[in-house]
Amino acid sequence: MPAAGPPAPEAPARPMRIALIGNPNSGKTSLFNQLTGLNQKVGNFPGVTVDRKSGWAQLTPARRAEIVDLPGTYSLYPKSLDERVITDLLYDPSSTSYPDFVVVTVDASNLRRSLLLFSQLADLGLPAILALNMTDVAARHGVHIDLGALEAELGVPVVPMNARNGSGVAALKIVMAERLAAPPVRFWQPDAAVHPLVQRLRTHFQLHSDYLALHYAQQAEYLAFLSAEDRAYVQGLVQEYAFDGTAQQASETIGRYARINEILLETVTVTRTEQREPVSNRIDRVLTHRVGGYLIFLAVLFLLFQAIFAWAQYPMDLIDQSIGALSGWLQNTLPPGPLTRLLTEGVLAGLGGVLIFIPQIALLFAFLAVLEETGYMARVTFLMDKLMRPFGLSGKSVVPLISGLACAVPAIMGARTIESWKDRMITIFVTPLMSCSARIPVFTVLVALVVPAESVGFFNLRGVVLMGLYLLGLFSALGSAWLLKVLLKARERSYFIMEFPVYKWPRWKNVGLTIYQKVRAFVWQAGQVIVAISVLLWGLASYGPGQRQAVAEAQARREAAIHHWTPAELGRQVASARLETSYAGSFGQTLEPAIRPLGFDWKIGIALLTSFAAREVFVGTMSTIYSVGQDADMGTVQQKLRAEKGLDGKPFFTPARAFSLLVFYVFAMQCMSTLAVTYRETKSWRWPAAQLVYMTGLAYAASVLIWQIWGS
Amino acid sequence: MPPVASSPSAPATRRTARDLRVGETGTICCLEDPVMALKLLDMGCVPGVTVRLSGRAPLGDPLMLVLGDEEYTLSLRGSEAATIVLKD
Repeated sequence: MPAAGPPAPEAPARPMRIALIGNPNSGKTSLFNQLTGLNQKVGNFPGVTVDRKSGWAQLTPARRAEIVDLPGTYSLYPKSLDERVITDLLYDPSSTSYPDFVVVTVDASNLRRSLLLFSQLADLGLPAILALNMTDVAARHGVHIDLGALEAELGVPVVPMNARNGSGVAALKIVMAERLAAPPVRFWQPDAAVHPLVQRLRTHFQLHSDYLALHYAQQAEYLAFLSAEDRAYVQGLVQEYAFDGTAQQASETIGRYARINEILLETVTVTRTEQREPVSNRIDRVLTHRVGGYLIFLAVLFLLFQAIFAWAQYPMDLIDQSIGALSGWLQNTLPPGPLTRLLTEGVLAGLGGVLIFIPQIALLFAFLAVLEETGYMARVTFLMDKLMRPFGLSGKSVVPLISGLACAVPAIMGARTIESWKDRMITIFVTPLMSCSARIPVFTVLVALVVPAESVGFFNLRGVVLMGLYLLGLFSALGSAWLLKVLLKARERSYFIMEFPVYKWPRWKNVGLTIYQKVRAFVWQAGQVIVAISVLLWGLASYGPGQRQAVAEAQARREAAIHHWTPAELGRQVASARLETSYAGSFGQTLEPAIRPLGFDWKIGIALLTSFAAREVFVGTMSTIYSVGQDADMGTVQQKLRAEKGLDGKPFFTPARAFSLLVFYVFAMQCMSTLAVTYRETKSWRWPAAQLVYMTGLAYAASVLIWQIWGS
Repeated sequence: MPPVASSPSAPATRRTARDLRVGETGTICCLEDPVMALKLLDMGCVPGVTVRLSGRAPLGDPLMLVLGDEEYTLSLRGSEAATIVLKD
């Protein structure tokens, strides 16, 4: 994805790099969006604050700074892979991406716990600013914070602000534009007993703080930037000094809380007016009710499907028809020739296959973003945990699985928040079975082709069939998870503990930014692949090896003379003969014996091959293959497919054939990006290879079953 | 009493956060499981802090615990809550 690149910084020196860090739900992402707006870039793949997000902020007219958004964390002792991004960035002062200072977002209504992380960062010797968020909420709770006293106690600038409406952000920017010195205050010192160990680590790695050296002793095996020898060196010292990391960490945390309590006594006065139950708890009583909770969750899911299938249909039809009309207009306007055909049958057909996705992707990510923003996602986790455990999944697997309905790539990355190795592996493995948005066009086109647009009572028949396909994906994911639960051995205990965020109205700016990023990432990343494959495919379908196409064409013309075909009929037969003898045709025909038991012919074979890289290519491919040799005014894919006749002259796409194909697409692993991200996340080729073999095998078996029972 | 006790042989009368009734409040005495304790400590379950069981998931598990007087809520499994030992 091309980054929204920074213009050359005006400041003479290297632009500052500032890391944003804070507890989950402390308003960090909102502050990041306030600071950077649209000048953000997100790793290689779209994901919700999982990868390192960075952006550019104009702090003062003369100063720009790079802002790095780190995942939310409670302490510098990472509990999940997600949080290790933080230690890898902050523990390597020699790294070129080491930040100049950190901005710590702190929830003013939750000061004690927020200051734990802050005190650790300060002891690392990192210059810091404390961005005191949600002071309004604290005030409502009767919590008054003496800012001057807090600043004096902490030794760093404290800036009150509201990340939601942006008040105080201007003041924060001015403070951020200053060069900050390391904080003078130390909050906690390691025990005298570990001092010799700490000093040796400090000298060996040339570290600037005792506390950082202590963390080397605690976490050396996880620090990605350390060499194997370095890790072995630390390991040796840890053994030599009989360093007990767990006891050390527990006494550190308790020591820090003791110091924080002293600070809070000096700086915070609580005048609790009335002991009213917080609104959030009252909402929870409804949303996590033993019956109502599940009904509401089902209703939310139902609304989600309505949005994707019903509401998105209008803009999608509009896009489909516009592309069809444009294609027809170009064919009639431009001089006929290979270039015009390349443009209409190759480029435009592929482009249509990309653009048509946009409404559904935008709606889906909008939905997920709102659920995440409001805090409802955490309740879903809570409701589902016990239900998921028999399948070897945890409540935390629900978010990746639901995100998998949008795209397996960010969903698999989202599984990083699952601490237990086994739960995480199972979640990653089964997530691609959830029907992602790339399958939507395949489903929509084929279902509309063979299922009549009738209503059964309240329900639309096509909607019911679509729902069935999604449920098939869901149940196969659960079944496969159960299978893996039996097969895999656990490496450690599975954890569930997490904070319930307070319910909030979604910030539409955050939702809007999420949609913008996902759609842009899709159009650029998937779009390039799809258009490239479409053009390649057009070439393969239009040209063939040697003289075979010419020979076949001559043969068709001879037959035309015998059978007295009309010119239109002749044209179709010639085109069909040419396609059959093209490179793509021979490709498909080689494959045909293997897919005939599924009810597929060589044309579908071509589509299966091309959609191996990405399944959304299917519709584009079908559109391209069936464009070759059909009337220019036959615009949409559906019209093209409906016009396709079998050898017996009846419509080729019978319900049995279409369902065999549909079920194949429910199960098959046809996404290079998913395989790549699974490799990246599991650090092993075995997982993506297993996914590929398992899912494709499942698809093949299911399709054979359908076609053999129903089709023949 | 040490804040993080690892001895499994606790008195039989010992109560944990799992034994709370919905709406009932207790005070954290110590954390039993050393590894679990580190996580709980990070999230603010420090000895001396009060916990209130504010609810259970519909199937009885996980639990919702409100911590201290700052009123923030943790959700955790019963097995995890059972490592939080309460004062008498």
